[in-house]
Amino acid sequence: MEEQERPPEKKAPRDAANWAGRVDKLHVSGVSPEALNLNVEGRRVLSPLQGFGQMWQKTYRVRLPRSVATPEVVISTWKERYGEFWPKGNRFYAPLTGIRPGEVGVINATQGPMRLSTGVLVIYSDDTSFTFMTPEGHPFAGWITFSAHQEGEDLTIAQAQLLLRPGDPIYEMGFKMFGSRTEDKMWQHTLTALASALGAPGEVETEIVCVDRRRQWSQFGTLRHNAIFRTTLGAPVRGIRRLARPRR
Amino acid sequence: MQDAQVVMTVRRPSDSVSVIDIEGEITSFVEETLNQAHAEAGEGAVKAVVLNFEGLDYMNSGGIGLLVTMLIRANRQGQKLAAFGLNEHYRQIFGLTRLDEAIGIYDDEQQALGSV
Repeated sequence: MEEQERPPEKKAPRDAANWAGRVDKLHVSGVSPEALNLNVEGRRVLSPLQGFGQMWQKTYRVRLPRSVATPEVVISTWKERYGEFWPKGNRFYAPLTGIRPGEVGVINATQGPMRLSTGVLVIYSDDTSFTFMTPEGHPFAGWITFSAHQEGEDLTIAQAQLLLRPGDPIYEMGFKMFGSRTEDKMWQHTLTALASALGAPGEVETEIVCVDRRRQWSQFGTLRHNAIFRTTLGAPVRGIRRLARPRR
Repeated sequence: MQDAQVVMTVRRPSDSVSVIDIEGEITSFVEETLNQAHAEAGEGAVKAVVLNFEGLDYMNSGGIGLLVTMLIRANRQGQKLAAFGLNEHYRQIFGLTRLDEAIGIYDDEQQALGSV
């Protein structure tokens, strides 16, 4: 019998397993029941192109001796112990399956009288980097990429890079007044804690670039999703509901 | 720092449009190469830059970030940005990251050039 010639099989792209599939609306599953899960379920993710405020690129990096950690060790440690490196008052509830493409994590944070419940979608993950994308209502629209690479023979650079626009006019105002500095402190703390967990002192370098000075007034309506307002103002209502619930 | 695993070639099908042919990887390590190609593509009275992704064989999230900053730069210079040659996988990534809402995506060069 004559063998028929088969069309060449299409090879999957090398990065295929690293990316999340298309996600139209977020769905939270497999996070700890103690997480306050608001402002994530059913929300769309936003890129830095969809936010309201000026676009910023913020880069925080720390140099580690390569003898202490390779880029792969830095990233596996970061993924496994992500929430541990955050400052007090901030909790990250990772999905049970860990930081993997397509998974959703929940964030609970408190700052003075303000409370925030929001989340992130893991859009990309490989051995030397991973990236989160934020949902509607998050303080900023955009993504955060955590990465590590080798520099020369002796150094490993661990880095967190944010590309963001504050999500709405209130966040934009807050970002100018104190939010930007708070963001800097948070990621400087995170990188110092990461370096310390790896057994190295960590001096964090910070680089801030305004990528786009324009504000996107067409995105004014995103105000209705503001996660800080919805979490903080909704707290008394949630408390009353809890009290009114019949006890078993 | 790793070397850029990419070659970018700039063509000028007309006075107002440039095409950047991308062969290889788009990662954060190709920033300088991409910036140089964009600067060359934008010389003169160029009103649109078209990215040819037919030769793209790897892209990570750092690469997507570079495309966003390139888009902002192009907008600032009054240039339209379009793309063609993305396979199904990379089209999906443009959808996931919502880049497809800001960059026109076309099946082939003819369509892309006809749109700008």
